[in-house]
Amino acid sequence: MTKIKELVKEQAEKHGRARTSLMPILQEVVRSENYLSEEAMEAIAEELDLSTADVFGTASFYTFLDTVPRGKYVIRVCKTITCHMKGKDEIIRTISDMLKIKLGETTTDKKFSLLQANCLGWCHKGPVMLINDEVYPEITPEKVTEIVNQYLKKG
Amino acid sequence: MSKYKVNLKINNIPISVDEGTTILDAARELNFKIPTLCHHDDLCVAGNCRVCVVEQKGARLLPASCATPVSEGMEIQTNSLKVRQARKHIVELLLSEHNADCTKCFKSGYCELQDMSNDYRIGDHVFLDLVKEEDKVVDISSPSIEKDDSKCIRCQRCVRTCSSLQYVSALAVTHKGNEMRISTFMDKPMNDVVCTACGQCINRCPTAALTERNYIDEVFDAIYDPSKFVVVQTAPATRVAIGEEFGMEPGSRVTGKMVAALRRLGFDKVLDTDFTADLTIMEEGTELLVRLKDALVEGKEVALPMLTSCSPGWIKFQEHLYPDLLDNLSTCKSPQQMFGPLAKTYYAEKVNKNPADMVVVSIMPCTAKKFEAERPEMRGSGYKDVDYVLTTRELGRMIHQAGIDFEKLEDEKYDSILGESTGAAVIFGSTGGVMEAALRTAYELVTGREVPFTNLNIKPVRGMEGVKEASVKIKDVKPEWSFLEGVELNVAIAHGLANAKILMDKIRAGEANHHFIEIMACPSGCIGGGGQPMPTNMEIRKKRAAGIYEEDEAMTVRKSHENPEVTEIYQSFLHEPLGHKSHDLLHTHYYPRKRH
Repeated sequence: MTKIKELVKEQAEKHGRARTSLMPILQEVVRSENYLSEEAMEAIAEELDLSTADVFGTASFYTFLDTVPRGKYVIRVCKTITCHMKGKDEIIRTISDMLKIKLGETTTDKKFSLLQANCLGWCHKGPVMLINDEVYPEITPEKVTEIVNQYLKKG
Repeated sequence: MSKYKVNLKINNIPISVDEGTTILDAARELNFKIPTLCHHDDLCVAGNCRVCVVEQKGARLLPASCATPVSEGMEIQTNSLKVRQARKHIVELLLSEHNADCTKCFKSGYCELQDMSNDYRIGDHVFLDLVKEEDKVVDISSPSIEKDDSKCIRCQRCVRTCSSLQYVSALAVTHKGNEMRISTFMDKPMNDVVCTACGQCINRCPTAALTERNYIDEVFDAIYDPSKFVVVQTAPATRVAIGEEFGMEPGSRVTGKMVAALRRLGFDKVLDTDFTADLTIMEEGTELLVRLKDALVEGKEVALPMLTSCSPGWIKFQEHLYPDLLDNLSTCKSPQQMFGPLAKTYYAEKVNKNPADMVVVSIMPCTAKKFEAERPEMRGSGYKDVDYVLTTRELGRMIHQAGIDFEKLEDEKYDSILGESTGAAVIFGSTGGVMEAALRTAYELVTGREVPFTNLNIKPVRGMEGVKEASVKIKDVKPEWSFLEGVELNVAIAHGLANAKILMDKIRAGEANHHFIEIMACPSGCIGGGGQPMPTNMEIRKKRAAGIYEEDEAMTVRKSHENPEVTEIYQSFLHEPLGHKSHDLLHTHYYPRKRH
């Protein structure tokens, strides 16, 4: 049994095999693997006796349940109106220039992915971005340079 | 439990209906037609397209009539100014996301969205056209089904069909917001996913987002190629349905007209799949008796219950979902695929044609048959056994194209040979039919007497119940079948793959006591096949089934083993059921496929 299959099985044991367990299992797999591979979704479908299309349908609905490989650090800049008005485009440009990747891309060393997110609920402190689960409110191009530099050093 | 009655008014007319009835159904009782798109009688409520909105007195919003149950004192208007305007806007909005290239579309004239847009005289583009260019790339990976996302209105009839009727869920709702679409696992091509090719989604798609791969031009090319000898075979269920393509009542028996039309289209010979249906009974019946003998006399480990193998959608379903039970499947090819190799060997010799110059076309109620004909195993004759498979709908289209006035045609008869058939063959078209035909022959073979049912009509295996079970006591058998004396033969029948699953799970759990099980992929069997005229619903399918049983009763010969052409082919060519030639031409094997 592959590592993914073992993980899925373990999670199915933990959460149960009802359809309602699909979400927590998907979240656990993303937490541990960074994204949902085909193999992972196939294993989940098998464990929960669902079709793979159903599993993919659910995963693809949620921005945070990635179905393509992502870097170790996933940067998500809020794209909704308030953050847009407060200059999120400039933030994205700055990160893009630093990491030499466009929106939706991952660095060749698999360290960073740059994405946009729907409203993160921080409109009063926009523009805002997430790096994995960490929130960075009221960012400016200068601040963002500093933050990303810290992650670059982290390895 | 008696239901409470609810009183309401629709368009000022009072009506009393059962509690829980939807406004839509209540309006239907008063013969008010409310337009619908996502609603389908075979499927659960979705309430997502909104075209069925009505005005309710005192309510601020317009409720969707398909999804709203009636309540006491309700006053509904189905065609008020407010409703008309809302409905028009809804259709306009749907059209703004629909690739309305109606003149080029295969569904033109059959499209529910087009009808509605005509009814409401939708002309100008009120809203911006939002059809995405990338969605205009049609998925033609499957030999059976074309998927065109640019035509999709996301009503999800296909999704509900694939999950609740068929327990496959090859299609699901994926992504969200303006990216939301009906897709497969990881957006893979249809041919690379668990799709059984049954085509039930096509039957219910209101637009042309899902259609059959059509081969009309290829068939006309073959007909007009003087170097080709083109023979056509017609499946049992087509003869009670094709009339619908010409406005006739569902279930109209138009066998003779269909034969006449095929001849006028230019097919060199018009032959009948019913002949190989009879042959299937001989082969499959013998196979069952051999399995029973092996189990009861020899004490061998044999796979029982034996499962029928006529339905290619069902075969593919089993290969994907129950590969551990493939040994239970009869090794018999389906009647279509028995016909192909016999046409290119036995028949070719009789009519003195080179099989290389022959083109075998089938008219099928089915889209999975297109897939089946492409299976690499289906080359028993040394050539591709069946060259083209057309649905009943495609044949209807060809007849329209050729300007043939179908209803006025005089009845004609099938050509001989491979054209003779029995009542047992024609009932293959309805759920329970293969079982009934098999019992008529097997019982008589074993006991020397006809089945103990009035007028050969084995009623317990008929009808539209999802899973049917019956047993037949075998007694006073011929000496060579003494091991069957007193045996209670248990049979079961399922139609629709969700019902098949019920039986398959029982077998897997070792809880099935059946000897023989008939399974058809499509609801109601082939008469409800994915290639049959649209629309489909239980009422229509029941009428077609009635047509099938009338056709059976009208036949002079009603038992497969009494078909004179069947006797002849065993004497001069096949020699015996399950014999060497049969093995080469009429039997096959199956392959496990991935579920996930």
